[in-house]
Amino acid sequence: MYCHISIQTKAFDLAAEETALRQHAGDAGALVAFQGMVRAHDAAIPLAALFLEHYPGVTEAEIQRIAEDAAQRWPLSAVRVIHRVGSLSPGEQIVLVLVASGHRKAAFAAAEYLMDYLKTEAPFWKREDFVDGSCRWVDAKASDDAAAARWG
Amino acid sequence: MNIRVLYFGRLKDTAGCSEEQLPWSGGSTAALLAQLRARGDSWAQALAEGQVFRLVVNQQVVRGEADIPPGAEVGILPPVTGG
Repeated sequence: MYCHISIQTKAFDLAAEETALRQHAGDAGALVAFQGMVRAHDAAIPLAALFLEHYPGVTEAEIQRIAEDAAQRWPLSAVRVIHRVGSLSPGEQIVLVLVASGHRKAAFAAAEYLMDYLKTEAPFWKREDFVDGSCRWVDAKASDDAAAARWG
Repeated sequence: MNIRVLYFGRLKDTAGCSEEQLPWSGGSTAALLAQLRARGDSWAQALAEGQVFRLVVNQQVVRGEADIPPGAEVGILPPVTGG
């Protein structure tokens, strides 16, 4: 399985990422793309920016491990994960997961699996910076743990 | 001999820095956490059971307890919130 992982501050272009993935996707009949974006109104005070940090080296290794686990479960031909870090404004992209597989069910399931484990295993941390100048580190969500746990 | 301890997320606020050098002659990840918790209430709370997601020793994620050799890099990870 082809697997490309990038942790970057800059925005990504969906079409360009898809083209890059398809060069390694062989005869895949299904391509699923998930993009996550920054929400402006997740708390009482509007968000000025979402700040993300990670653990360089360990992050890439953990995402690689998650992708390999996914490839054990479904017949995947290619995976591409882009995760942004740094200060992101509301509406901006945070994450992109691209999965290519022979058929749609595997591609849908693997994309969801990758997102569930990205949220609960990969070493990223979000801080909400509000318009009034206050900030707070985001708490981990039990609902995210439950979503990952259902894969068994 | 020292170890290099890296803090992430809200633990940076507790530590007041992103990393520090600690004198270390050897011991387990549990011993390191116990030593840091003994620094005071804010440390004990920040590193309480459930507040620490995982430790990383020399870039290897530790599940359970592990040995920390002198000279190691040790990352202390609060619960993760990516995606």
